[in-house]
Amino acid sequence: MVTAAVDPAALAPAVSKGGGLWRYILVRLLLVIPTVFILVTVVFVLMRLTGDPITAALGGRLPPDQLQQRIHEAGYDRPLWAQYLDYLGGILRGDFGTTITDRRPVLDVLLQYGSATLELAFYALIVAFLIGIPFGLVAAYKRDRWPDATLRVGAILGYATPIFFVGLLLKLVFSVWLGVLPTNGRASTRTELLLGNLDHPSGIYLIDAIRLGNGAAVGDVLLHAILPGVALGILTAGVFLRLVRTNVIGTLGAQYVTSARSRGVSEFRLVTKHAYRPALIPIITVIGLQIAMLLSGAVLTETTFEWKGVGFMLSEYLKARDFVAVQGIVVMIAVVVALTNFVVDVIAALIDPRVRY
Amino acid sequence: MSTDASSRPAAVSDRTRPLADRIPVLSHLRRSVGLQRAMLVIGVVIVAVFVLVAAFAPLIAPYSWAQQSANGVDFATQQPPSAAHIWGTTVSGFDVFSRVIWGAQTALFAILAAIVFSLFIGVALGLLSGYFGGWLDRVLLVICDAIYAFPSLLLAIVMSIVISRGQSTLVGGILAAAISITVVFVPQYFRVVRAEVVRVKAEPFVDSARVIGVPLGRILVRHVLRNSTRTLPVVVTLNASEALLTLAGLGFLGFGIEATKAAEWGYDLNRSVADVTSGIWWTSIFPGLAIVLVVLGITLVGESLNDLSDPRLRTRRRAGGAA
Repeated sequence: MVTAAVDPAALAPAVSKGGGLWRYILVRLLLVIPTVFILVTVVFVLMRLTGDPITAALGGRLPPDQLQQRIHEAGYDRPLWAQYLDYLGGILRGDFGTTITDRRPVLDVLLQYGSATLELAFYALIVAFLIGIPFGLVAAYKRDRWPDATLRVGAILGYATPIFFVGLLLKLVFSVWLGVLPTNGRASTRTELLLGNLDHPSGIYLIDAIRLGNGAAVGDVLLHAILPGVALGILTAGVFLRLVRTNVIGTLGAQYVTSARSRGVSEFRLVTKHAYRPALIPIITVIGLQIAMLLSGAVLTETTFEWKGVGFMLSEYLKARDFVAVQGIVVMIAVVVALTNFVVDVIAALIDPRVRY
Repeated sequence: MSTDASSRPAAVSDRTRPLADRIPVLSHLRRSVGLQRAMLVIGVVIVAVFVLVAAFAPLIAPYSWAQQSANGVDFATQQPPSAAHIWGTTVSGFDVFSRVIWGAQTALFAILAAIVFSLFIGVALGLLSGYFGGWLDRVLLVICDAIYAFPSLLLAIVMSIVISRGQSTLVGGILAAAISITVVFVPQYFRVVRAEVVRVKAEPFVDSARVIGVPLGRILVRHVLRNSTRTLPVVVTLNASEALLTLAGLGFLGFGIEATKAAEWGYDLNRSVADVTSGIWWTSIFPGLAIVLVVLGITLVGESLNDLSDPRLRTRRRAGGAA
């Protein structure tokens, strides 16, 4: 299907029939390239402006001649444009550099820890949907009355509270004072050992635990997921709530809703079907933008809960002042965000023909 | 009759309106009713208290932010709240209350710097790009879209590496946070202003100004810019709260301002992670609440401004008041 879209011959008739979808997808895909290119360039230039990463990481800890040798080996004494071309070429081959502190390819780090971040983002999105959408509907329906006021203040509070503070509060209440949930990590040591025995683990603990067929392990993984998932999800939930509220208020005032009401459609059905469906389109678009926010949040959440994902590693490398690793992870995340936004836009175009201008 | 924000008067009549109607927050306050007015008032009060605390921090705080002893006696570490230290002490023996109070100053500086930088750059770029169009416009749009889609905290991390190499002095730390936020927010100001400028520059009064030979700079500033600032207050509040959250986020990741250089809430939260596990709550709760309150205040103002500017969301006066 995708190859057909790239082939101009196959594309032409589709466009002439008025099916602008493929054309839209192609144009949108082409837009990903400059986005990624600009970000990679910006990050590269910024990071190199103030010196080379070897001095930053090891300066003061190695004698100057050894330092010079390491700089020379890594090619940081060459002209900037040569380094830049090298770097671009590397990225095209999937080489995001090698970390200075533990000399690992950045791609390896990402592959190993990416699944944990993915899992966390997934839990957070579930929390966000479960809280944001129903409460957004309630707020819209009870507009300007006390449920709306309470929920909106709640949503603002959710936005105003830094993720790491939410995390610390949750830990304090549920792990320390009530003692019902684990303080940090993705699973208890016992479960991690069990999961380690699995061949070809997916790295997503929930899936691995289910494959293991061990009920206790699944329970343990889920228990560990609750607090980080909620901490990260609350932020997005607030965004969803406000979005659903604003859009449903708009559609609730539409004439087709009034006419459905006059036909005797129940209020519940009016809100959850008639007004909600068309309000979904902007939500889907915003989810794309949320991915970027979610990844920012994941860095903080993972640090708070020692959830060993990409974000946790990023802050570890930051502490070690390993800027090659930092740059690699940042660029890689930029690529992921750009691609996710592309997918989200395509989904939005599939749902709503008006998007495919 | 209340003035209706959605029916925008032309440029000239703007000056004939009373002053209170032209100052953003004040005019919104006059227009608001009920719940929206309550939200706006609460927000304004919180922000005012925050600014006062920051301004009078030296008078309010009993100790300095990096003080570990008084009268030759060292403060005990990790003490729960008591008469001498009303919010307790940290693991390094700092007085939590004093650090939270001084932290308001750091936060205010960072917020102001971020707003000033991004407002000027973003508005200038948006104005030029929207008015002149052409290749500059297109290039700026693509760059802004690219930056806009990027996780802001990561950009902030990169910027703070560039600015201070992770070294954290007061000025360096504040500038790092402020400039990082600037990079993230310039695209937002740019988009908002550019969209308005594109609309306004097609208005007849801009054409007539051009025809009678008004200099370009004057057209840009008086005729176009002054009529394109409608949505700016909302973006400014967003900008302010993001600036504080980013400063705190950088601090939490260990990239903020060192304890001896200044008090910074995110740094304090970073140091309190270990405390939480052993049930020490006062080192995290107070700086955390400080962040929440300030962001809450700013956001309440922003939310109300946003709702009041959007006719769909504005609560209408009862009993046939406004249109």
